[in-house]
Amino acid sequence: MGKRVLVTGLGTFWGARVAKALEADPDVDVIVGLDKVEPTIELERTEYVKSDENYSILSRIVEATQVDTIVHTFLVVDSTQMRARTMHEINVIGTMNLFAAATDSSVRNVVVKSSSYVYGCAPADPVWFSEDMTRRSPPKHRVERSLTEVESYVRDFAVDNPHVAVTMLRFSNVLGPELSTPLSRMLELPLVPSVFGFDPRFQFVHEDDVVRAMLFVLDHDLAGVFNVAGDGLLPWSEVASICGKLTAPLPPIGQGLFTAALSRFGVDIPPEIVDLLKYGRGLDNGRLKRAGFDYTHTSAGAVRAFIESLRLKRTVGSTGSDYQYEREVEDFFRRSPAVVRRTR
Amino acid sequence: MVRPTAESARVPGQLLPVHVPAPAAPELDDPRTSDVDEWGRSERTREMARALFAPFYDHWFRVEWEGLEKIPADGGALLVANHAAAIPSDAPVIMHGIETELQRPVYGLADELFKKMPVVGTLWSRAGGVLAHPDNAYRLLREQQQLVLAFPEGSKGPGKTFDERYQLRRFGRAGFVQIAMRAGVPVVPIAVVGAEESMPTLANLAPLAKALGLPYAPVTANMLAFGPLLGPLGALLHFPAKIKLRVLDPVHFDVPPDQPRYSRSKVMDEAESIRQQIQDALYEMLRARASVWRG
Repeated sequence: MGKRVLVTGLGTFWGARVAKALEADPDVDVIVGLDKVEPTIELERTEYVKSDENYSILSRIVEATQVDTIVHTFLVVDSTQMRARTMHEINVIGTMNLFAAATDSSVRNVVVKSSSYVYGCAPADPVWFSEDMTRRSPPKHRVERSLTEVESYVRDFAVDNPHVAVTMLRFSNVLGPELSTPLSRMLELPLVPSVFGFDPRFQFVHEDDVVRAMLFVLDHDLAGVFNVAGDGLLPWSEVASICGKLTAPLPPIGQGLFTAALSRFGVDIPPEIVDLLKYGRGLDNGRLKRAGFDYTHTSAGAVRAFIESLRLKRTVGSTGSDYQYEREVEDFFRRSPAVVRRTR
Repeated sequence: MVRPTAESARVPGQLLPVHVPAPAAPELDDPRTSDVDEWGRSERTREMARALFAPFYDHWFRVEWEGLEKIPADGGALLVANHAAAIPSDAPVIMHGIETELQRPVYGLADELFKKMPVVGTLWSRAGGVLAHPDNAYRLLREQQQLVLAFPEGSKGPGKTFDERYQLRRFGRAGFVQIAMRAGVPVVPIAVVGAEESMPTLANLAPLAKALGLPYAPVTANMLAFGPLLGPLGALLHFPAKIKLRVLDPVHFDVPPDQPRYSRSKVMDEAESIRQQIQDALYEMLRARASVWRG
């Protein structure tokens, strides 16, 4: 019997992509996606269920569909996109309710998409964070606080439900052709913001590797905490140079004032990114690699993939995906007996 | 675009091929454009730093080594030395000397003070400075088998005043011994004479240090001597004291590496014995020193 998977945040970038990747897996029988808004990419066999971010109907859905796997992608890590209150509601309250519904149910696997923000970013940090390290100082920024609370709910759930394999993936900063993050928006500017006198090392993971990692842990029944980050650390100045750009330094003190001024011009540099621009952060990706995961991109490779697709987009306009989706035609291909189906 | 992996594209009911080990993943494309390594060190910057420092090393401090052959030519080792001078001159001297003589990189550990300083912190890091975090030291020593330089006195060494020169401070909480044990590498003690006199601290302005968030705020003899000539830059120039270094016998620990913990008392005993060896060597070298300037 195949897996029955519930994906949270189907309307978001990650939820939709994870669902799409799951659809290609014949071992997955059922995919149910939750969100308040409809998914933005076309999905073939994922069932979309409209629900608010508090998942008030969740326990009924779990009961009715008998899902055995939950992929929790609906965690906000980009603090520029919403107010603190909304982020708290989605991340903390949402996770709390999700796990309340999943306790003592049919669920046997849980994958949570967390972030390297839980490690923080301070001058006294080691160059590489491994999964067992805890941060020395309490969380400083709201996204860090929010995700730290989420992780504590995940841990509680794992303790209360020893029969469930709980996997927490901590992703480093993501870059890729399609995702928009505070860092990618900074790299799209003609001059890349930096902090004067600082040139810390950054690490990136390609957006494809993010989705691949979530599927990989499901396929291999891994449990525990895993860092997901491309190989290598590179200085911010080198990130800019791969993008073919120069940096524009902010003063080394009082960046708060300047980022506030910049946000008026539509350039949002949240405080957690200002910290990164001073001290950087590295994740030891060895644990997931030892479990057999192969990355398709290194940190520098992810930067290049990002900038190359940006150049193409700027030149020929949004290419969308490879071709325009025509629902009727696709339905014909999928269902018509006239189509000769080959097995690969 | 996410494509199905080979494994997930399998069709149920089909005959499964016999398992052949997947070919080694092709070498990932890694379009790096600089030579900055994971620790922030750039060999090009390091070369430049050596070229700039060479005249000071050869003609200002006239550095002399004794027992350089005791530093392992390969494999990891933790070098520990006494630490002195308000702006320590011993760290660049040791790193420069070993890198030019042994052609091996040396990573110098220091606390986060450098990392917080704009410009200085970046240059320090490119020139081989690494934050003194146990995990950083362990990876450098154990996984990369590098030479790592540490000053177990920490800022208490350079922070002491001139009347306390060559009196070793406490060796922290002996973390350096624990790291060497975990990494399975020897500790190589180094005694440095002359750095104390290159920038003596006459007084320490504790309230100012506290206000600035610095470990110490010294009034140095150099400020008074060079200040009238060079202005604020005078505070950065060392006196041309002769610097002599003696490498002591490497200390190997008779414990297996990678243990979750080591006996506290053994760790403290080893640290104290290393401290004593450096202290004894310092007294011996000072007894033989006829002049601060000529050695």
